[in-house]
Formats: sequence, C-alpha cells, structure tokens
Amino acid sequence: MGSASPLRRGILPDPPARYGFLVNEPPAYFDAASAAPLHPVARQAMLAALADGWADPARLYAPARRARQLLDAARAATAEVLGVRPDELSFTPSGTAAAHAAVLGGLAGRRRAGGTLVHSAIEHSAVLHAAERHVAGGGSAESVPVDRSGRLDLDAWSAAVAAPGVALGTLISASHEVGTVQPVTEAARACAAVGVPLHLDAAQSVGRLPVPEGWSMLSASAHKWGGPPGVGLLVVRKGTRWESPYPADEREAGRTPGVGNLPAIVAAAAALRAVHAEAAAEAARLGPLVDRIRATVPATVPDVEVVGDPVHRLPHLVTFSCLYVDGEALLHALDRRGFAVSSGSSCTSSTLRPSHVLEAMGVLSHGNVRVSLHRESTEAEVDRFLAELPGIVAGLRAEAGVVGL
Amino acid sequence: MNGPDEVVDCLGQRCPLPVIAAARRLPQLPVGGVLRVLADDPAAAIDIPAWCRMRGQELVDTSTVDGSPAYDIRRAH
Ligand SMILES: Cc1ncc(COP(=O)(O)O)c(C=O)c1O
Repeated sequence: MGSASPLRRGILPDPPARYGFLVNEPPAYFDAASAAPLHPVARQAMLAALADGWADPARLYAPARRARQLLDAARAATAEVLGVRPDELSFTPSGTAAAHAAVLGGLAGRRRAGGTLVHSAIEHSAVLHAAERHVAGGGSAESVPVDRSGRLDLDAWSAAVAAPGVALGTLISASHEVGTVQPVTEAARACAAVGVPLHLDAAQSVGRLPVPEGWSMLSASAHKWGGPPGVGLLVVRKGTRWESPYPADEREAGRTPGVGNLPAIVAAAAALRAVHAEAAAEAARLGPLVDRIRATVPATVPDVEVVGDPVHRLPHLVTFSCLYVDGEALLHALDRRGFAVSSGSSCTSSTLRPSHVLEAMGVLSHGNVRVSLHRESTEAEVDRFLAELPGIVAGLRAEAGVVGL
Repeated sequence: MNGPDEVVDCLGQRCPLPVIAAARRLPQLPVGGVLRVLADDPAAAIDIPAWCRMRGQELVDTSTVDGSPAYDIRRAH
C-alpha cells in the first residue's frame, strides 16, 4: 500500500521489516496454539457480517432481525459441531472469559454441595486464575498431578473428586503446552460416579479432535481454530447447576455480559464448520510432520528432550527442551531465522517463572520450544526448520561455552 | 550425611546457568562425591532434577540452606 491511508497512518504500525536474507520466504509461523491464522472462510464471513450484521440483534426492526438471524445461524452451526443444543451455547469475549465463567459459575451453582474445586496441575492460566479467585474468596482448590508425559493421574483424580465438599472438577482436554490429550472420558466417569459436574477446557482440541463425552460445561476459543481472536464458547448443558458470577445481563442466556462482537462470532462459526470438515485430513497431514520433528530433532540436536505423550497427543503440536540453552535466546535466534515459535521457559514469561506444566511433568524447562502447526503450514517449512535448528542450537551452545558438557 | 564435598553458589543466576554450573563441576569430583548447588531461580527446582535424570546422576537431597534452596547431587559415574 504505497499511499499511506489515514487508517494506517493513524493507527496501524508500519509494515514489518523484511528479513533481509529471506526476501522470498515469509516467516514460518509455528504458533497455532497461541493463535491460528484466520481461516479464509472466516475472513469472508467477517466481511459479509461487517456489512450486514452491525445492528443490535436484540432490537425489533429489520436490520436487528438480520443481525439476529446471523447470530442464530452462527449458534446453530457451532452447536452442531460440538454436538450440543443451541440454547446451551453462549458466545463469550474470549476463551479466558468462557473458562472463568464456567469455573466460577459452576462453583457458585454448587455452593450448597461444597467449596472445593478439583483441577489438574496442567490447566491453562485462565482456569488457575479463576481457582485463585475462588480460594481468595474462602473456597479451596485441589491440584491433581500428572505423570512425566503430562497425562492426568486418574487414580488421584478419582480420589480427589470423591472427597467430601467437592463442588466442581475442571480439566483441560489437551495440554496447550505439550499436546498430551487427557483421559477425559475416564475423568468424567469418575466425576459422574460421585455426582460432581465437570468443566472441560477444550480450547486446544475443538475443531481438531472429536469432542469427548461426559462433561457438564465446556469452554473453547475461536482463535485456536482459525476464527478471529476475541470469541470464546461457553456451553452449559441442560440440568447443570450454574449461576452467573457477573452482574445481571440478559445477553447470551445471561451467561456472559455485554453485546457480542457479531461479525467475529459469525466468522468464528464459519471457520469452525470448515475446520471441523477438514479435521481428519489436516490431522493426517500434520501428524506425520509432527512425527518428523519428534524423530529428527533428538537425532540431529544433542541433548534434547522431546516432551509430552508420544501417542495420545494433539496432531499438530510438539514441544522439546534443549539442555544448557536459554529459552529466550533460542526464541530470538529462531525469530531471526524466520521461525515463530513459543516457549514455556521462565525467561520468556512475564512472571519469570517456568511453565507450571513442565514443572508438573518434571521435565527440563529451559531451552523449551513449542511448535504448533496449522492448515497453512507446509512440509517445506518444517524441513527448513529441521535443517536450521541444529546449527542454531549449536551456535547458542558455543556462545555460552557449554559444548561437550 | 556429612555434608557436601563441594558447594557451588548460583544464587541470583537464572536458567540455565545453575544447571551448567552443575554440569561443569560435578565431573571434577570423584565418583561418589557430592556437589551442592545453591540456586534460587525457581526453574532450578525443575531443571536440576531433570538434568540429574537425563545424565544418570543422583539427586540425593533438596533442602534449604540459609534460606536458599540447595540441591545435593552425587556423582554416580
Ligand atoms: C487451554 C486453553 N484454555 C484457554 C485459553 C484462553 O483462550 P483465549 O486466548 O481466547 O482467552 C487458551 C489460550 O491460550 C488455551 O490454550
């Protein structure tokens, strides 16, 4: 865009600087677990809904009815993919907001049953922060350990949810940091056996894996599946005791306050339907690329630990840690070579604490890299990564003087 | 136990420096010798045990010495 438009001049930053040595190669984006690139059908749906869906869907005139139709259609399409009733589904302002509402609302609805929240040690911070809020308010929270592969200890879980005074269980469907898929069906059965409802944080698996059975509440996040950021899903199954943790508001069945971002919701639903239809094919394409990373990295880079369950895992995500390497330095070195990845190392977090997930697993936390692929990821990008990584790690180790330790 | 044979002070150092220090110093002890690593970076609590596991060395004790975490590693080979 040669002539700077008023918008670009006023709000948007300058276009990103080009990588001098990669003029023909855009950076390989390997961080779908943070945010997947917008699916093309989401872009189309969003543009259409921006033109057509700006009115307040609760009002009683023609443009509002049009907006209402779009919202209803988005809800119906999303509910169908999840296998739930449309009236059980609310659109929230993020996956975080949905998880907060599920956890705090689930606890509030079961106040009379008790004040204990049971969660795994590897929940997303959205759930852990809701747990902290609950504890600060006088409740209690019980953290259930995982094994070295990041899989829930089912015996400990079953014992924890069966203890007196448990109001709610909450479990991540698959780890956002290491990809290990959790034994949701078994965990849900343990909850059901003792009459404890379960919230499933399905942010990393919705749109990629079938939705498991047995939960009472589910939360998810559209930017993980190729929808826009700022759209979350909250499902509260019929018959679940749930009480809003927010001031009263009539939108979205009273489960989340405020008027939703309808164009983004429409885009999220369109993307979900598309990725759901493509999920098996994408898993079959990305799975072998992840397998290649899992096999090649330990063979070509000395002293690397690939973490997470090798079998029961998300098809598009792999995590490894490089001994003696600073995680932040590794991220920056990869960025300079045109690779966008994420890390659970403490030096890369705002709190300077290592990832609680790697900690719970008891695996190396420094030099950590998470690669998460998406529908635009190519074999060529993965191969370029595999070709460049050994030299990048060797360079950092040489700089730090740790070669041969 | 009679205390460590050697102490390496990594207080104030961030990941992965305490692990690197352990990797440098432990081979200088005889097999069976015990190295104490003082490290207050929270990541050390994960990474020192993980390093011992990966390298087949023995983490014999984790304690608090003068208010700081201390990791005692026995050279196993
Ligand atoms: C497992 C999990 N839960 C919840 C969230 C939060 O979703 P959002 O980014 O939409 O707030 C994320 C995103 O990082 C996630 O990975």
